[in-house]
Amino acid sequence: MEYEVVIGMETHVELDTHSKMFCACSARFFGAEPNVNVCPVCLGMPGALPVINRRAVEFAMMVGLALNCQIARHTFWERKSYWYPDLPKGYQISQYQRPLAYDGWLDVDVRDLSTGNWSEESVRRRIRIRRAHLEEDTGKLTHVGDKSYVDYNRSGVPLLEIVTEPDIRSADEAYAYLSALQQLVRYLGVSTGDMEKGAMRCEPNMSLRPKGSAGFGVKVEIKNLNSLRAVRDAIAYEIRRQTALLERGEAVQQVTMGWDESRGVTVVQREKESAHDYRYFPEPDLPPLEIDDAWLEDVRRRVPELALARQDRYRRDFGLSAYDAVQLTSDRAIADWFEQVIAAAPAGDLRARAKAAANWIQTEVFRLMKANAIPNAEIASIKPQPQQLAELIGLVEQQVINLNTARQVFEEMFATGAAPRAIVEAKGLAQVSDVDALRQVVAEVIAAHPSQVQQYRSGQEKVFGFLVGQVMKATKGKGNAQVINRLLREALKP
Amino acid sequence: MLTVHAARERLRRREVSAVELTRAFLERIHALNPCLNAYLTVADEAALAMARDADARMARGEDTPLLGVPIAIKDVLSTRDMRTTAGSKILADYTPSWDATAVARLRALGAVFLGKLNCDEFAMGSSTENSAFGPTRNPWDETRVPGGSSGGSAAAVAADLCCAALGTDTGGSIRQPASLCGVTGLKNSYGRVSRYGLIAFASSLDTVGALTKDARDAAIMLRAMEGRDPLDSTSVEVVPIDVAALDESRDSLRGLRVGVPVEYFGSGMQPDVAQRVREAIDHLQSLGAAVREVSLPRTHLGLPVYYIIAPAEASANLARFDGVKYGLRVQGRDLIATYMETRGAGFGAEVKRRIMLGTYALSAGYYDAYYIRAQKVRTLIKRDFEQAFNQVDIIAAPVSPTTAFPLGSKTEDPIQMYLADVFTLPVSLAGICGISIPCGFDRDGLPVGLQLIGPAFGEQRVLEVAHIFQQTTDFHLQKPRLKGEP
Ligand SMILES: [Zn+2]
Repeated sequence: MEYEVVIGMETHVELDTHSKMFCACSARFFGAEPNVNVCPVCLGMPGALPVINRRAVEFAMMVGLALNCQIARHTFWERKSYWYPDLPKGYQISQYQRPLAYDGWLDVDVRDLSTGNWSEESVRRRIRIRRAHLEEDTGKLTHVGDKSYVDYNRSGVPLLEIVTEPDIRSADEAYAYLSALQQLVRYLGVSTGDMEKGAMRCEPNMSLRPKGSAGFGVKVEIKNLNSLRAVRDAIAYEIRRQTALLERGEAVQQVTMGWDESRGVTVVQREKESAHDYRYFPEPDLPPLEIDDAWLEDVRRRVPELALARQDRYRRDFGLSAYDAVQLTSDRAIADWFEQVIAAAPAGDLRARAKAAANWIQTEVFRLMKANAIPNAEIASIKPQPQQLAELIGLVEQQVINLNTARQVFEEMFATGAAPRAIVEAKGLAQVSDVDALRQVVAEVIAAHPSQVQQYRSGQEKVFGFLVGQVMKATKGKGNAQVINRLLREALKP
Repeated sequence: MLTVHAARERLRRREVSAVELTRAFLERIHALNPCLNAYLTVADEAALAMARDADARMARGEDTPLLGVPIAIKDVLSTRDMRTTAGSKILADYTPSWDATAVARLRALGAVFLGKLNCDEFAMGSSTENSAFGPTRNPWDETRVPGGSSGGSAAAVAADLCCAALGTDTGGSIRQPASLCGVTGLKNSYGRVSRYGLIAFASSLDTVGALTKDARDAAIMLRAMEGRDPLDSTSVEVVPIDVAALDESRDSLRGLRVGVPVEYFGSGMQPDVAQRVREAIDHLQSLGAAVREVSLPRTHLGLPVYYIIAPAEASANLARFDGVKYGLRVQGRDLIATYMETRGAGFGAEVKRRIMLGTYALSAGYYDAYYIRAQKVRTLIKRDFEQAFNQVDIIAAPVSPTTAFPLGSKTEDPIQMYLADVFTLPVSLAGICGISIPCGFDRDGLPVGLQLIGPAFGEQRVLEVAHIFQQTTDFHLQKPRLKGEP
């Protein structure tokens, strides 16, 4: 029998605010000494009270809007009670009954990358978002020998929990959804989305069912996934494991599995447990959250055009390939920079210019940034301004310099920040297009190479390239190739 | 009996220094507290240091309404460098590193803190018998309770062991002990005084206030503590109390509409308590007030609603006492055992009872039937008061059905103990304000309190009426005779 996998994804995204969700402590906990970013509030000291971080609410609203969600206009906080040493108050302030955002979706392009090669073909899938709500993160436990230590630096860091409907149908789709979500929070600038550092944590739940059936199979949760790859590999593994079980006529147990990265297998982490009673009730220490039109509109204006929309636009308006569009939108900073190059270009063939800009960014710009260890997100910090690259592209287009020279000029621009035209002038790099001067050089080359001229005239066409090279050499590479070609052919006519 | 304003006047006239005044109070505390057990912590050194500081400020010409005035603080309010136990074994050795906002505001004004006052554990109780550190005794009769949970505060003020005391009121914890000890106790509207640093019992009901020797002191203390605090999101900005307006207020209540709720005089009332309260209402009438009956038909629902909402909130508020971060830890064989043994040893019986009540009320399957319903009825109780305040300016009622009862007489029967707050709970649930002022004595010579209830943030009028009542009576000036008084 053929089986179909049904996957729902629960993702926790740590919001990259300066301060924590309910106190003024720094929310930047990564790499800090234990228990330095703490205060009575996030330590749960008796008598301490929470105060809402407005910025965290706005970040959550931005994600909600970017996920095409409804934003709850009247919502409130609730206490979720459970015991654990990393939860200092014995309850977590969260949202249960009325999440800040709900009923949205995220469109993703799913590509078959199993061959390891890029595929221009993709299938667009819509993953519905059930809800996204704000809560506070817990501290962190470390076990050393028979002792446990708790660090509350992370306690109270704003956390956004995003839950999908069970719309994901393959490991590749899960991968595509998560990378799109990661890209989305990075585009919005609300989270680092760094899975390795725990800023984005996801727990897929999945079940198998006979293909075509509408019911749901036994649900298995997977935890301990620290990278996008791990998510894809773990789901693929689980699909194989569960399929094998079902094919042997055995039942899938309702368990929580953990991904063992080193062995590439899932292992049972927890047997089925009785349902937790979290005893949710409205948080009396915080007033309800009211979001009025003005605030919502203000936040809506801060949501930029996202990657997929830009990809579609680049392909439609600029005629870029899917590959180019995906590369250029991988990072919001790159996409913004690319668009600034295009905006700065003088009127002309938009598509040609966009293609040139795309090529320049993906080759020379990326090469030099990589060589100088500048991450893509920091493209705005490189010395050449987007307007200057536009100018350089213009110089090539107008045949002031050729492409090879342009590459040298760009290296100079990258090193010094000088304007391309200034470099061309200072170094005398402009092409020699002066017909009289070039005719003189052509005559000299023909005079100096009588045997090659003879060979050409006797029909050996390939010698023509040699002669062009000699003329170029004599002009120190600045000769206008088209003009040289024309003059040389004229001169060689018998 | 030294009031805050009298103390301030004597300090201002240099008749006494803050250090002398503080020393006198400390001496009196050391003489009387062993019997009364009103203070859990007497901070001799710290108090004298604060007094010296106040004297220095006065020498520089500073003047505030509390500069150099010795007061004391209920032990559920955080005080930096002073042990804060909440009357519980689980916090027996806990000293916060920071002041509650109310405390910080008093400290900034130069008040002198004599120490920390006894109370029912986590403010849960009506007799101070639930303190892990022994009950406080009523200065009017040492075989009786002072009321609770701010029993230490009421006893300390009644016995003149401080000029004024901070208390908290969640369901009557300022008004009821004030009534039983014959002092003035103002329960503020919810949100008027910051709760930051108050060890929470029931967050939607907890209020911070003062127990004082008269209404004018109550106004002075409120003026010092009130107002929005950025650290407490439920605190509100209010028109400040105008203390001077009390002195200007006429000795007439002409034009004042006073409501008397019929439901507050039912069966179960001690007859002479009802009698004293009726006489007090007659006195208001004789001062020109127009008295009429009003109805608060959901009064009888106050108790059941309160005993769902307050324990529910408490069950979560007290979850933090797990032995992990501070306070008592009893190491068990594993994590769960450590939790259970720490809390088993650290909490007293009433606290455990309320945690269980609250946990039950919030549990899946019961939440709608209990918690949600209680919240709906709470809204109706609030509406009762709103409707009454459409007809009258102020409501006059008893504070407690009885005067101070003998120690141990209700400890075996929680319901009987809960009934002591039946007239104070509705005001707390409605979030409005009420004051308890002395209005006479029962046949055993025990004080009786009159409760004057105002709408939300109606403290100014409540205080003015209380002040006029006290200008024309002398119940608040009566003093208990104390054994071992120096
Ligand atoms: Zn903090």
